[in-house]
Amino acid sequence: MTTDTMLEVRDIKRDYELPGGFMKPKKTLHAVKGVSFKLERGKTLAIVGESGCGKSTLARMITFIDEPTSGDLIIDGKKMDTRPGHLTSDMRQKVQIIFQNPYGSLNPRQKIGDVLGEPLAINTDLSAAERRNRATEMLIKVGLGPEHYNRYPHMFSGGQRQRIAIARALMMNPKLLVLDEPVSALDLSVQAQVLNLLADLQDEFNLTYVFISHDLSVVRYIADEVMVMYFGEAVEYGTRDEVFSNPKHEYTQTLFKATPKADVESIRARIAAKKAASAA
Amino acid sequence: MSLLQIDNLTVEFETSTGWFRAVDGVSIKVDKAEVLAIVGESGSGKSVSMLAVMGLLPATAKITADRMLFEGQDIQKLSGSERRKLIGKDIAMIFQEPIASLNPCFTVGFQIEEVLRIHLGLDKKARRARAIELFKLVGLPNAEERLNAFPHQMSGGQCQRVMIAIAIACDPKLLIADEPTTALDVTIQKQILDLIMDLQARTGMGLIMITHDMGVVAETADRVVVQYKGRKMEEADVLSLFENPQSNYTKALLAALPENATGDRLTTVSAFFDGNPEPAPSASATGANA
Repeated sequence: MTTDTMLEVRDIKRDYELPGGFMKPKKTLHAVKGVSFKLERGKTLAIVGESGCGKSTLARMITFIDEPTSGDLIIDGKKMDTRPGHLTSDMRQKVQIIFQNPYGSLNPRQKIGDVLGEPLAINTDLSAAERRNRATEMLIKVGLGPEHYNRYPHMFSGGQRQRIAIARALMMNPKLLVLDEPVSALDLSVQAQVLNLLADLQDEFNLTYVFISHDLSVVRYIADEVMVMYFGEAVEYGTRDEVFSNPKHEYTQTLFKATPKADVESIRARIAAKKAASAA
Repeated sequence: MSLLQIDNLTVEFETSTGWFRAVDGVSIKVDKAEVLAIVGESGSGKSVSMLAVMGLLPATAKITADRMLFEGQDIQKLSGSERRKLIGKDIAMIFQEPIASLNPCFTVGFQIEEVLRIHLGLDKKARRARAIELFKLVGLPNAEERLNAFPHQMSGGQCQRVMIAIAIACDPKLLIADEPTTALDVTIQKQILDLIMDLQARTGMGLIMITHDMGVVAETADRVVVQYKGRKMEEADVLSLFENPQSNYTKALLAALPENATGDRLTTVSAFFDGNPEPAPSASATGANA
């Protein structure tokens, strides 16, 4: 089978220099310690781990926000030159990111129409009327309406704002979307709507997702492949079914054990255990 | 006699467009040694109703209730100072953001000893000893040293342990935990939930667990109240709620869980409310009110 690889990461590393002080030597923090993976076009890779494990640093490197200390980044068959000043707008358009907090990631003083029109104004020479049309089309695509064009971010709920953030990311027709905990700030019912929207958009535009999350039930639902990170290393990497049915690393097993179970059998077991404890 | 009994609680806030009803005729009952979970999305009024019990709402809020009994005593009739003696001692609360709910200007030791001084009137030596004992109880290593730490020097999980230590300092009869693990990692969430449940089992205090996470409900509660837009949708013991939910809203919430997905799209809550976006309280909830 010829694989159509969208994203390949080879032994990528990121170190941060912590400044020293008087009588205190400089320290190097290895945030990501050599991670490699390959991701096919149209598939979803979920990256799981707790805070501080380097999953967001990895996301920042894939989206060129941060420069890797070493290692290669190959997107759509081309090796990316990530040195500052060598990034072209072409490369940047292929990869977009959606952040966790939809309240922090939209400028409160910018109307939604301008949020969506800005990427076009910077990267293309479309006329204002054409930009407006494209923005309105995108609003409808993510489940909002043309009447929302002239509103400000504070007039929207969390779920709607995340839809706007998704619309903004899609304006330049990216091929790869990095989603950094896109639903963890949302209510359960809104979370389901946004996850459905992401699945619809993936089908329509053949998008490739790198989905960062700490919620294993969401990961199980959305991912094709799963990578578990722990202290900057990928301790587990495989297809969803492999990882969920047979977790190998100790940390993955701890993670599975810690996830609350909402099925009737576990509730029954818990109540029985509690009754036994109080009778004793 | 129940530990806490609230009948027909309504909380309203004045807005520019008139009075907004955040809690609408909710009745809640907790017995001794019972774990009650209140579930709902943001805006369902689950936190506001408990803040009303604690008396922590701003003076602009209009709170009415037929009865608000704690151990048979009506809290509404208490004077300010009588109420302050009760709150923090017999009724204690843990909040969602552990780092934000501790005072950054004082050491955690000072903050826990403040509770012991005001409510129990212990002297300096006894306060110190009790604080160390409490820190050990909630699983903070190096308790003696930890007392001199400031909140910013601790992680989120450790801060939540400090909050729990402060809440249980005076052996409360009722503990209200408002989303105690929402801001924490899954592995830390497990540790904190285990700690709270262990303390509850050991001391036999009543526990109200406010959450939006069905997994947390399944792992902790004896009885569950489901709230939506300020109204009680359903009340049931935990097993019947998951096995045989009565109200449409509960059914919708359970169906929206990613682990219950059938096919390649999730069921959304709005799909359940087709043509009826504002679900009426179910028969079981109204029955419980009567």
